[in-house]
Amino acid sequence: MELSDIAIKSIYAVIVVSVLMGFCSYAVLAERKISSWIQGRVGPNRTSLPFISSIPYIGRFLTRLGVFQPIADGAKFLFKEDITPAHVNKLYFTLAPILSLIPALTTVVVVPFGYYENAAGEVVTLVLTDLNVAILFLFAVSSLGVYGIVLAGWSSNSKYPFLGGIRASAQMISYELAMGISVLPVFMWLNAPGTAGTLSLVDVVNSQGGALWYAMWMPGSFLIFVVCIFAETNRLPFDMAESETELVSGFHTEYSSFKFGLFFVGEYAHMLVGSAIVAILFLGGWHPLPFMTWADFGVHGLLAGVLSVGTLIGKLCGFMFFFMWIRWTLPRFRYDQVMKLGWQMLLPASIANLVLYTFIIYFLERP
Amino acid sequence: MTDLFFYIFAAITLACAFAVVFSRNPVNAAMFLILTFLGMASLFVMLEAYFLAVIQVLVYAGAVVVLFLFIIMLLDVKEESKAKLKPLTLVASVIGFAILLVGVVGITSSDNIKATTETLPEAAGATLKNFGYELFTTYQLPMQVTGFLLLVAMIGVIVLSKRVKTD
Repeated sequence: MELSDIAIKSIYAVIVVSVLMGFCSYAVLAERKISSWIQGRVGPNRTSLPFISSIPYIGRFLTRLGVFQPIADGAKFLFKEDITPAHVNKLYFTLAPILSLIPALTTVVVVPFGYYENAAGEVVTLVLTDLNVAILFLFAVSSLGVYGIVLAGWSSNSKYPFLGGIRASAQMISYELAMGISVLPVFMWLNAPGTAGTLSLVDVVNSQGGALWYAMWMPGSFLIFVVCIFAETNRLPFDMAESETELVSGFHTEYSSFKFGLFFVGEYAHMLVGSAIVAILFLGGWHPLPFMTWADFGVHGLLAGVLSVGTLIGKLCGFMFFFMWIRWTLPRFRYDQVMKLGWQMLLPASIANLVLYTFIIYFLERP
Repeated sequence: MTDLFFYIFAAITLACAFAVVFSRNPVNAAMFLILTFLGMASLFVMLEAYFLAVIQVLVYAGAVVVLFLFIIMLLDVKEESKAKLKPLTLVASVIGFAILLVGVVGITSSDNIKATTETLPEAAGATLKNFGYELFTTYQLPMQVTGFLLLVAMIGVIVLSKRVKTD
């Protein structure tokens, strides 16, 4: 690989991560606005910037929408006093927030987000790396994210964070298995006899172009995967590690200012990548409708690039809304209920689903 | 460039493996174990065996060490004091190390290895399809036996750890 190639790849990577961080900060705003909307409140509507907010009508409208709130939030995280309690294990206390953010940002490497047609009419996929084992890479790296939570809980040296950390590790092990098994039918269908074996996410999206989306004919897999994504991202109703009403705020009780900010951003980055994966695996990726691709609508060239990225981001935002909607709809499970759901319901259900689709695929593909 | 990366990752792997053995604090040891597995995964990447690399991270770094940490934290294992070396342990470890050394030297100096380093054959673990076919054809019996051994181990642990009430 040439040095210039490495430079270009690095620039792409920085751009993608910056866009992801931008999405994170506005996902926080969306969370606050949607929460307030569901609870009949107004939400953040006061933060204003000089000059821009004084533009008649538009500035006022943007302020009421809370568009400038993420800037204020970010500045607050940066400039608040960073308190390190005396009883913590300093090394791991500092390391934990970083360890929870890095895996979340690394997973975005294998996420494809669109395609365009170049001058020669060839389809070029927009992705940082089209890894052959993309889905496994994703599971592997995101499973490393739990160390951030576990270490934060342990290094804080106090009871509530410790309980949070223990819960997080137990929960992660329980749900990862069901999650992995639930996506197997998709890849079994993708790897028909005679094809080169692939676990690439790009191939998953391409196989849904002009065909039925996987969510429609594998609803069982879709349901199990979505439940597991909630557990994996530690979102309500599975936020056992945090559960503020019983564990104060769980693993990050002792954290303040920027270190807390890293946990916070990491959680949202994890959610965003999770939503993108759901859209890619089950909701047709950047294809606008089942059985239809953008090419069927007569869209080619660079316009296809814009529309395909827009479609994927639209689906991603839709699923993020679903995340927040569920948060204010379902109450938190009790810890034993979470374990019971994981081991006694989701795991057998995912195995049954796998066996069922093994037979279905066998009869459909039978020579 | 590739050679340089190999030496860096190999050094990291070895250094972390030593640190796992020598660190007194069990949490430190577990963290170094993760780094060892990551280093090994990067060595697999250098060999273009991406599947093995990812599985290494997913199974060992992602699941097994989480369980280790879980147990360490739940039992609240304290730092170990320096254990006195028993003569028997010393003799056993010296013999073990000698056998390992003979094995490593024997493997690396045999003609078989020298021939294959010149023309790299496609490794069984390199691509997904190869891996699957090899696992379910050539290595079917070892896989089944390993699986059975793991099952026995699991049942054994359950039987041993379950307290039977005698009264």
